[in-house]
Amino acid sequence: MFEQQLINALSLGCVYALFALGFTLVFGVLGVINLSHGAVFMLGSYVALLLVGHLEWPLWLAMLAAALTSGVAGLLIDWLVLRPLRAREAPHLIPMIATIGVTILITSLMQGFFGAEVQRFPFGIVPEDSFNFLLPWQAADSEPLHVTLLQLMIVFISFTLMALLLFIMRRTQIGRALRAIAESPKAAYLLGIDVEGMFRLTSFVAAALGGIAGVLIGLSFNAISPFMGQPALHKGIAVIILGGMGDIRGALIGGLFLGLVEVMSVAYLSSDYRDAVSFGLLFLILLVRPSGLFGRVLERKA
Amino acid sequence: MSEFLDSFWATYSTLVLSLGVNALLALSIWLTLSCGLLSLANAAFMGIGAYAAALLTLQVDAPFAVALAGGAALPALVALLIGIPTLRLSGVYLAMATLGFGEVVRVAILNMEITGGPLGLNDIPLKTEWWHVGLALLLVLYVLARLRRSKIGRAFEAIKEDEIAARLMGIDVTASKLLAFTLGGAIAGLAGALNAHFTFFLSPREYGFENAVDILTMAVLGGTSNLAGPVVGAMILTLLPELLRSLKDFRLATNGLILVLVVLFMPKGIVDPLRWRGWQGWRVWCRNK
Repeated sequence: MFEQQLINALSLGCVYALFALGFTLVFGVLGVINLSHGAVFMLGSYVALLLVGHLEWPLWLAMLAAALTSGVAGLLIDWLVLRPLRAREAPHLIPMIATIGVTILITSLMQGFFGAEVQRFPFGIVPEDSFNFLLPWQAADSEPLHVTLLQLMIVFISFTLMALLLFIMRRTQIGRALRAIAESPKAAYLLGIDVEGMFRLTSFVAAALGGIAGVLIGLSFNAISPFMGQPALHKGIAVIILGGMGDIRGALIGGLFLGLVEVMSVAYLSSDYRDAVSFGLLFLILLVRPSGLFGRVLERKA
Repeated sequence: MSEFLDSFWATYSTLVLSLGVNALLALSIWLTLSCGLLSLANAAFMGIGAYAAALLTLQVDAPFAVALAGGAALPALVALLIGIPTLRLSGVYLAMATLGFGEVVRVAILNMEITGGPLGLNDIPLKTEWWHVGLALLLVLYVLARLRRSKIGRAFEAIKEDEIAARLMGIDVTASKLLAFTLGGAIAGLAGALNAHFTFFLSPREYGFENAVDILTMAVLGGTSNLAGPVVGAMILTLLPELLRSLKDFRLATNGLILVLVVLFMPKGIVDPLRWRGWQGWRVWCRNK
């Protein structure tokens, strides 16, 4: 069932893309590999779980709250950790290591408060409805394709958010300011752009996107644990390398591509090789095109 | 007294040996960092070394020295082979490529027959004595200290500061990078081989991304401007979780907090000779900060 696998790949790829979007945004604007993005993602899914499970909030409201909480967490990380490092003009390895520390901190705090075991959404929260349909070219007696409401929801939310972000980046004054900062923060500052404010905005939006991705992943696998951020981070890294670092379009295509590779290798090889295939491919692509499929590397010539 | 020593050793031998192994690992990444390369493949090299040595012991009953040599040689060979294409990349891209390589190694170990797959290798004989680890650490420290002051070490430093300038001065950049990468792989492999012979069993889970990050963290925490830094960093990050056992699940949180605080307030790591000199007068320290 190739078409069925394509549908599964699309919904998985969308979540990867959504996660990678925040990751790539921070790299593009702040020039920092923010390894705490996985922890923020995990935070989002916990917030949704608690609000839905204990306070019985509706799912959409919980998702909004999760995005907000993650966003604030991203803001705090930027303000407390990244901003002082920026002020010092630390080489870019340093902020990356600082965010590793943040990840360890958040992960073990969550483990301390909520335990290490996997938690699940209460029964009836995850949308269970599904649709079966046939494509026009399929024979009438073949097995119908199966799409769940959750998958549709994931694809819809992901594409809406991505389109919105792309619109903001391309068409609005904020987007122009962000692209100017991505080229050169100093020049942008001289042009009267509030660079620090834009950094804060970027950190907030990126983390909020991560939080939403966390809720969606939490719903689709229905397994939430303090350690779920780490594998997501690996995928995020793979996606932004595939798509080119700092490139929003690239994050979308990279995410869909990774989803496709994973689903197909599980379907036609074995689930054991899923990560090996995706990371092996990543390794090979880096050897051929170090800047990713869509990225560009600025090379300094002597 | 000897009774006390015996009971101390019975309780803490693994911890003491881990100190040495982690110091070796931190030094292995220090070497690649000293050449300006951010490589996250050291955990994978450690894994390759550990499995190679353990298999030499288990399958062909090789003497310990041979197992250790094999455990250092195989990762060095792998490093040489993957280094040739990979080291063209720089900065963040190199970090990501080596990370990808690390994942490939982890999954390969997980799926191979000879490595025992997800179950890992069990019943590896205990052969590592404290002095093996001590000797290996001293040897590596000696070699690195000599290397640092040699022409090769100066070349590494030049490449780290400015690759293009180094090339214009006639330094063979590619060969130097390859040497640092390969030697780093060998040291990490040696650490893995030593580690394999006191932990009884190996599992592929121990050589993933987290471990690569841990190794990097030790080196950066201690400071990479000199050889003492990585050793001190490894000591701190190995001992801290033990000292904070009473905090239970929260004890790793302090690791994270300390890492953030050190990065924020001690940019050069804990061991920074410049700052020590500065302690004679607080003003100098404040200015350096």
